[in-house]
Amino acid sequence: MSNDPKSIIEELSDHYQISEIKEQKADLLLLKIPKEDAVQFIRELRDGQNYTHLAFMTVIDYIESGIFTLTYMLHNYAAHHNIAVHVDIDREQTEMESIHELWVHAATYQRELREMYGIRFPGSPRLDDDFCLEGWDEIPPMRREFDTVSYSRERFFDREGRITTDPREHMKQIMYPIHTDND
Amino acid sequence: MTTKDQSLGPLANDGLSPEERDLFSDARPVPYQPYPIEVVEKFVNWVRANSLFMLAFGTGCGAVELNPLMTARYDAYRFGFQPRPTPRQASVFMIGGYASVKTLKRIIRSYEQMQGPKFVVALGICPVNGGMYWDSYNTVNQFDLYIPVDLYITGCMPRPEVLLAGVLELKKKIKEGRADGHNRYIENLDWYKANQKRIIKNWDMPDYSW
Amino acid sequence: MIYAKRRKRMSTQEHNAPIDLESGKYVKIWQGPQHPGITGNMALELVLNGDEVVDCKTHVGYLHRGFEKLMERRTFIQNFPIVCRIAVPEPTFNEYLYAAAVEELAGIESPQRAQWLRTLNLELMRLASYLMWLGGIGASFGQATIYQWTVTHRDYVLDLFEEMTGARVYHMYIVPGGVRAGLPEGFEDRARAVLDGVERLLNEIEKVLFKNVVFKARAKGLGIISKEMVDPYGIVGPNARAAGFTRDLRRDEPYLVYDQLDFDVVTGTESDAYARAKVRHQEMREGIRMMRQILEQMPTDGPFQAKMPNVLHWEVPAGETYVKAECTRGEYGYYLVTDGSQYLRRVHVRGPSYTHAIAVMEKLAVGTNIADIAGLMVSLHTYPPEIER
Repeated sequence: MSNDPKSIIEELSDHYQISEIKEQKADLLLLKIPKEDAVQFIRELRDGQNYTHLAFMTVIDYIESGIFTLTYMLHNYAAHHNIAVHVDIDREQTEMESIHELWVHAATYQRELREMYGIRFPGSPRLDDDFCLEGWDEIPPMRREFDTVSYSRERFFDREGRITTDPREHMKQIMYPIHTDND
Repeated sequence: MTTKDQSLGPLANDGLSPEERDLFSDARPVPYQPYPIEVVEKFVNWVRANSLFMLAFGTGCGAVELNPLMTARYDAYRFGFQPRPTPRQASVFMIGGYASVKTLKRIIRSYEQMQGPKFVVALGICPVNGGMYWDSYNTVNQFDLYIPVDLYITGCMPRPEVLLAGVLELKKKIKEGRADGHNRYIENLDWYKANQKRIIKNWDMPDYSW
Repeated sequence: MIYAKRRKRMSTQEHNAPIDLESGKYVKIWQGPQHPGITGNMALELVLNGDEVVDCKTHVGYLHRGFEKLMERRTFIQNFPIVCRIAVPEPTFNEYLYAAAVEELAGIESPQRAQWLRTLNLELMRLASYLMWLGGIGASFGQATIYQWTVTHRDYVLDLFEEMTGARVYHMYIVPGGVRAGLPEGFEDRARAVLDGVERLLNEIEKVLFKNVVFKARAKGLGIISKEMVDPYGIVGPNARAAGFTRDLRRDEPYLVYDQLDFDVVTGTESDAYARAKVRHQEMREGIRMMRQILEQMPTDGPFQAKMPNVLHWEVPAGETYVKAECTRGEYGYYLVTDGSQYLRRVHVRGPSYTHAIAVMEKLAVGTNIADIAGLMVSLHTYPPEIER
């Protein structure tokens, strides 16, 4: 078994449909995998290639293209190398296979994503328990269409006397009255 | 004031199920009545101000500066100020910074369980107007809509010296009889409850936690 | 002796039987959020059989501010003052990681002197945080004197911060591109004096706490993390090192100037609360050793900030990266995604307490005596704000 990440990926490309491979830096490799193979691929990396540490899992909201990109950050302690596995899922049909059997703490991440983005992970323990919010009845707050400012203004009321300025305009007036180049 | 309270009737306890409703008191709290003789009241206030028991509830970041305040270097014990672990024994509620909606519910419960007359000190800028988190969907912007605050100590973080100054200021207010948050809360209980229930959506506790 | 007995009792407990709360055999209590024996603002829902915990559920979210949401709607420089507020006792790691991630994506190189100053700042922070923690572990096992000593000495470290950065707790010192200021005159000598004081304190704590019979009897055998547990639970940092793993990002994947410093990675074998305390105690000594080297070798002149674009119109090219650093609890990381605009697309903060306080705590609490729960909690070194952000 080779420890070189590139050869690992080449080896695995025979069985999996890996796309968008990018080497961000010496110890971080980004790649994308279809939703159906994702958990199997992650299991392969963990058991076969020694990527035994799940640093975190999270999701990026690409609202303009209608997808959620899940990110699983795996780490290899022997090679000191990270692989970020991206999985695209549909923003409307938000369902993904759970990985709580591979890592115990993944269940907590899945609980958080369920609450903050509304992604379902069938089978994950305590999935529907409250995590951070209590009695939340709006759309999940981390989705990009959720407007936190107007929500805060409606519910919590700004105290009178609060002034909001656009930082750029404000700084132009206060600090650089003449100098306004755009670099 | 008592007559006004009686006319309002007992608390509704709407958030509880009918079986649970029997288990909790629906009585309204009664405001503190000062002693009829002014000298006695002044003396009692002086006594109160010199033995303050703080409720140790680290609600936010402000709690981190309470540790230096209570230990050897700043030593607030000198001023008759010491932490207590439970609300039942405490008279000062130090709210350490911002409160999320989830914590606010616990703050209300802890506050109501304290014995009156009680005083609330809020640390940091966040309880005043939201501070750094003014636009957050989960933190409260104006604290005095939900809990009667007697004293704000602003800053992010307020330093232990400022906290000491705040303690002294609170003592001064108590001695002068100006720290009346306890009565304010009871007299305007319905207004406070309406504000609280507007943001705490799953209100599953009695209207007043005796 | 005593702890051997406890271990035996733990193994005989039947955990597989479902817990019937109606049977009258069990009692359910909440420890926290308003409880002095809890680290920060979180809660444990414990089911007890006598004085033994048979089930534990962690409840977090009392400190949730929606940081990641707030950061998505602030410009890159507006984010810099709020990142440090994510973890109260250790703000500097947030500042460094945010700065490092933005620098990597924007292609900015921070000057050499800034790297040394950053390392010094991070190591001072580690010392301050560990001092607070040592007080916590002392207090939770009934040694409140330790708490008085360490918090006071932490305050002397905070004085150094005040001199260096102008603030005690939230420094906002490490900015993208470098640091905000150099060192004031005479700082090195005052820093050495504080380090000497802390070292003397550590020697005393060695005698007063670590050789104390009560502490030994209660902490040994408490909350054992087996070697097999470390990877599936994602345990990192001193908790993993106490279990015998020599994993330290400062040595394995050196960042800043750690490759130029001489230090040892401290490990333990027993992997109980006592071993974890011992590992951290020893790491403080290593930290002091490192800081003495930094004060010795640090360049005293040269720029401490790189030339930056106009921050009011600062657009960072699209990309994504993950940077990490070894904080007092293990791997702390920032995952940044940018889309070429003046705002972040996504930021995820990875805190080690995420697993330590929830999955690990729920596992270790089972079979523990209720009186030791506070000590167990502190021995894992958890900070709720980094879980919920």
